[in-house]
Amino acid sequence: MKKNQLINRRHAIITGLTSLTGLLLPGCSKKLPPTYGNILRMGDVLTYVAHRTLLPGQSLAREYQYGDISSFPAIGTTNPADPAKPFCNEAYGRLLSGAFTNWALSIEGRVARPRSYSLADLQRFPPRTQITRHTCEEGWTAIGQWTGVPLSRVLNSVGILPSARFVNFYAYDDYMESIDMFDAFHPQTILAYGMNGRDLPVPHGAPLRLRVETQIGYKSLKFLKRIVVTDEFVDKGDNGWAWYTGI
Amino acid sequence: MISHHTLNPKNSRHKRWVKGTHWIITMSFLALAFSGFVILMAHPRLYWGEVGNDLTPALFELPISRNYQHGGWEKKSPFFDSTGSPVSMSRNFATFNKNSWGRSLHFLAAWFLVLTGAVYLLAGIFTGHFRSHLWPRVNEFRLRLFWRDLINHLRMRIPSATYGPQYGLLQKCTYSVVIFFLLPLTVLTGLTMSPAITAAYPFLLKIFFGAQSARTIHFFASAILVLFLLVHVVMVIKSGFKKQIRAMTIGK
Repeated sequence: MKKNQLINRRHAIITGLTSLTGLLLPGCSKKLPPTYGNILRMGDVLTYVAHRTLLPGQSLAREYQYGDISSFPAIGTTNPADPAKPFCNEAYGRLLSGAFTNWALSIEGRVARPRSYSLADLQRFPPRTQITRHTCEEGWTAIGQWTGVPLSRVLNSVGILPSARFVNFYAYDDYMESIDMFDAFHPQTILAYGMNGRDLPVPHGAPLRLRVETQIGYKSLKFLKRIVVTDEFVDKGDNGWAWYTGI
Repeated sequence: MISHHTLNPKNSRHKRWVKGTHWIITMSFLALAFSGFVILMAHPRLYWGEVGNDLTPALFELPISRNYQHGGWEKKSPFFDSTGSPVSMSRNFATFNKNSWGRSLHFLAAWFLVLTGAVYLLAGIFTGHFRSHLWPRVNEFRLRLFWRDLINHLRMRIPSATYGPQYGLLQKCTYSVVIFFLLPLTVLTGLTMSPAITAAYPFLLKIFFGAQSARTIHFFASAILVLFLLVHVVMVIKSGFKKQIRAMTIGK
């Protein structure tokens, strides 16, 4: 009896350790975002690998009813052309005063047919409307209705090259975010031009913002300017914020 | 008083895997409690349901950073023309703290807790540790005995230490609640705050009544765990700190 227990214990420990190394092994391959040699980032990478390995593919985030729409704080940049702020983008100010008729989103990088889309071009794609919960990393949540074009439709129309692995977003407030192809082709990942049945308001990212419903709020970049598809992870340096924020 | 089972002498000391997992989980828990507090400071308001933010009512607010103070909001604009419409407001103050590194530390420590916890649970089941040491026996559990054990502890009449896993009734019950209820509850409510995980497993939002409820339950479960840690340390001190620590580390 005693001997059996010992073997079982050893088995349990060995099994545990083996599954652990199984999770860490992909960390050696080049296919992952860098850890900046930072131990905190290693945990983030482990979370990313675990989510991509263990979670069932492309599940939809919960969608809510119209009556669930809630008050919605606008934080971070609430107007890139605000002269009162140390950061002020005059180009954005000109686009804003022209009601964004001169605004265009350029899509370039590892794509077959790079081009620019005006707001009207984007609105000609079949739209998707979703009422979802925004989860801010600070801890608060809000429910809003978003209307836009699924990113997958736009990417398919420019034709991404087979080697493409990341989609990078650049904004008028100089922020940059990137997501992998898994999230880029998620059905709820949209380029939103409408919020709660109206045009996207300036504090929430007019004229176009990204919505990534399977990640934390700061991934849903506002005030979009440019999209670049890349083979390589574009390292914007370690600014303290995790790259993958599905958790 | 409390009877300590006379067991096989080989069983009378803490097993090495128990000691190892005990300390890894202790360190993870300390890191989680600390980083959890840092994260909470970024938005020290708690809610019930799916939605909660500075523009909606809170269950309560904790005065642990100036982020709980209102003001610094401008341009209130309703989304709809109806009265009582939800509104948008822009925040124009800098938050007291950024929780970016706190979040990363929290999840790194959570990995240690979850993986070590899984090893501990498997080992506990397969070695019979839970059955023989941790779970109160059916014929052992009497409300009267439990009550007497509790009163004795409150009066600081702590049974002398056995330096092994021969636990008293109150001890067994407390450890079982911590190991099989509170720690799993913090892990599950923590996962319920994750957008990717609730997309894959929406039942989590159902059983915890929404993302904000999960956050509130996460807070209370963690607060009880911190309280447990404090009482646990007091009990270790009261029952012979040096010998207890020795028994849980290098002691054979």
